[in-house]
Amino acid sequence: MTGSILSWALGFALACISVAILLSLFRLVRGPTPGDRILSVDTLTINVIALIVVFGVAESTQTYFEASLLLAMVAFVGTVAYCKFLLRGDIVE
Amino acid sequence: MNPILELLIVLLLVLGGLFILVGSWGLARLPSLMTRLHGPTKATTLGVGGCLIASMIYFPAMGGTLSAHELLITIFLLLTAPISANMIAKAHLHRQGHAIDPNPADGISEGLPGPSSGADWATFHGAESPRQD
Repeated sequence: MTGSILSWALGFALACISVAILLSLFRLVRGPTPGDRILSVDTLTINVIALIVVFGVAESTQTYFEASLLLAMVAFVGTVAYCKFLLRGDIVE
Repeated sequence: MNPILELLIVLLLVLGGLFILVGSWGLARLPSLMTRLHGPTKATTLGVGGCLIASMIYFPAMGGTLSAHELLITIFLLLTAPISANMIAKAHLHRQGHAIDPNPADGISEGLPGPSSGADWATFHGAESPRQD
């Protein structure tokens, strides 16, 4: 069974990550340039990866790791594709 | 569970959560994109690494098998964070050109300095003239 300190730490980490997601969403809505929005989506996905992992620890299940790994890969490819589109006006040349 | 391992997991989770919070706080609070890049690329990556390593310690400590999934995600994030930050900075420079950063809170009085040889930075090539093909 998880101890009380561990459950407190899990709650603390989940709260921190949730506030971090809200701050990234604020920058996503507010961001003056497209670069800000790309960066904020990137941060948002990384925060969601952390949320999934901490949730997996809290639920004591290893089901969600594939989801976080896939999300990491898709986030990287998406960021590079957005930046490539801004740089070249085209993604696959 | 072993109390030392539990304490280690608690420490990693709290530190990871704090680093993630600080990274996103920097993203929301700092004045221009070039400064905003610092928060998510360094602090958030470190925080996610802490959470993933806490998870990697947790499952063997609970009697499960040791898995390298978390380490895989950590290494992947540590590898890709600088690349995506470099791409975002390049795209921002490309769009901005030599102009002053659009955020007035930044306090930057002059634009990007040119290289000493008199040529232009490679990211500005083709910024004004679109490709011909």
